Amino acid sequence: MILSLEHIYKDYVQDKLVVPVLKDINLSVEEGEYVAIMGPSGSGKTTLMNIIGCLDHPTSGEYILDGKSVLGLRDNALSDVRLNSIGFVFQTFQLMPRESALENVCLPLSYAGVKKSEKKERAMKALERVGLKERALFKPTQLSGGQKQRVAIARAMINNPKILLADEPTGALDQKSGEQIMRLFKKLNEEGVTIIMITHDPKIAQNAKKIYYIIDGVISEDEEKARSTAEALEKEEAMEDDFLIENEKSDNEKQEVASDENS
Amino acid sequence: MLENIRMSFKGIWSHKMRSFLTMLGIIIGIAAIIAIVSTIKGTNEQIKQNLIGSGNNTVKILLNQGDYQLEIDEYTSVPDGVTQISDETMKKIRKIDHVVSAARYLRRTDYSGYVFYLNNSLSGGSVNGVDLDYFETLDYVIRKGRGFSQKDYDDYNKVAILDEDSVETLFPGEDPIGKTIEINKEPFVVIGIVTSGTTFEPTINSEEDYYTYYQESAGSVYIPSSDWPIVFRFDEPESLVIQVESTDDMTSAGKAAADILNAAISPTDDTVLYKAEDLLEQAKEIQQLSESTNNMLIWIAGISLLVGGIGVMNIMLVTVTERTQEIGLKKAIGAKKNKILGQFLTEAVVLTSLGGIIGVISGIVLAEIISRVADMPVAISGPAAVGAVAFSMVIGIVFGMMPSYKAANLDPIEALRRE
Repeated sequence: MILSLEHIYKDYVQDKLVVPVLKDINLSVEEGEYVAIMGPSGSGKTTLMNIIGCLDHPTSGEYILDGKSVLGLRDNALSDVRLNSIGFVFQTFQLMPRESALENVCLPLSYAGVKKSEKKERAMKALERVGLKERALFKPTQLSGGQKQRVAIARAMINNPKILLADEPTGALDQKSGEQIMRLFKKLNEEGVTIIMITHDPKIAQNAKKIYYIIDGVISEDEEKARSTAEALEKEEAMEDDFLIENEKSDNEKQEVASDENS
Repeated sequence: MLENIRMSFKGIWSHKMRSFLTMLGIIIGIAAIIAIVSTIKGTNEQIKQNLIGSGNNTVKILLNQGDYQLEIDEYTSVPDGVTQISDETMKKIRKIDHVVSAARYLRRTDYSGYVFYLNNSLSGGSVNGVDLDYFETLDYVIRKGRGFSQKDYDDYNKVAILDEDSVETLFPGEDPIGKTIEINKEPFVVIGIVTSGTTFEPTINSEEDYYTYYQESAGSVYIPSSDWPIVFRFDEPESLVIQVESTDDMTSAGKAAADILNAAISPTDDTVLYKAEDLLEQAKEIQQLSESTNNMLIWIAGISLLVGGIGVMNIMLVTVTERTQEIGLKKAIGAKKNKILGQFLTEAVVLTSLGGIIGVISGIVLAEIISRVADMPVAISGPAAVGAVAFSMVIGIVFGMMPSYKAANLDPIEALRRE
């Protein structure tokens, strides 16, 4: 098992109001798996992605990555985890606009302290892997969307991470480019890379070997089960809220009565 | 690091106008400081040259009583225990490091009318009894006639050499060679005219300068020191003049010579001592005066640097905000805090250092313009230029720290979310 999430909860606090985003997430991914996490916007999939990517801390729960608990690690240790174990691919590519494709791919290597000569060689290999060797010196503005995403994938793969995390990797691409990216993912997965992809597009999700559905912070392999669990939880919460409001009301009434008695 | 510097230049280049305007405060501050320092240094160098003379490098070692120079005349006696400088002592002095040559001399200021030619008196001038080495030591050359010879000393020839000022005073419009002058009622034949070998005119900018640099312009008459007992006293203590290799050796060699001379005498009055006339010290005192006023100007220029530094901080904050997404991405792909800190700090330092370098260049140009327009001497100071660039680097670090710290501590999720 390369990663496992156990009873992960995540709440956001907005003006004293606690908004639960992830509710009891249990997810384990085996090495070499190709997983898609599907869900509508606002379902908490990006938050889940951030937690898996060690960018965010859960409110509670346990997260084991590659046999080690990553919760409670300090910022610098988390940076190392992100550097060596996880490759990120974003919807909007996130390339440095002023740097060439090659320099963009090199970026993680400079954080890993790789020598200059070796850096270039490895970056060229990574670009070759995504079929963009000829465009190594092109700036992002000179590349198409699909090409940009392939540069981003080369960058994500440069340190040979075990996990590739992709957040809507085809979201900003046309269908043809999207298919190209999916073929590349398939190839990488066949080479042994574990891929976790987040998407709202069922067609894209079909490329994965396993699909999880996340609805209102509840995850399940069965879409219906996720929905029903989420709805049940929703009702429970609503009842709790009503109960609290009732309590508050009665508290206030009691106080009023008390103050009346005092006067 | 090199990578960071390369990226910084790229960033600065992509916002040329903004970067230049940001640097402007630093440029103006550094340029002002360099111009002021160059002017101070120029003035100081001029003071030093005026006092010491260019290339002459001579130091006089005079006998002092207490704080004053001891001058012997008819009414003052020679202090007990003070003897004349022996040939042995001279040998020791010539062996001091960096001493090129040394000569003994005796001098009386002509207050009471020692020297006459017909009705012309050398009042205000001086009579000097000198060694055979004297003119050579002071770089004086015989312009007309001849110098003293060993024979003049051996035979006690009553011969005299005049300098140009005394020629003008005693022999206006006449050729003095072969004429007889009277020194303290003794007749002396003029055999030559001497002139300072190094033509040096002190730069006079004010009345004060005139009194400082033109103390000895009344004219001097020179006679062989062996003749001194004929006209004056036989036991008068001599003064010493030495020539050293370079200006910087003057103080140390002067002190060494004074020590040797003091060791050779045993005065009963222990305030009687040989002292080197330390012109470098005198120069320093005058220089300090001009420096203290100009230091105020440097402070004012420093304010410009402060304002410039705040400008840099401001623009760095803008840069951090602009590049939030880039910072988020870098953190996401594994950049540690100190890498991000380093990147932005480098950018701030590159920005201010560039400003510093441009400032130094503009400062040098400004100094040159000042020297042309205001006719003031300037001297560019190498250490000041290096110091200014180093200081602008420090400004980059100080004012870049806050924005860089802000960048390093950005939350990567927040940073990536921003489009």
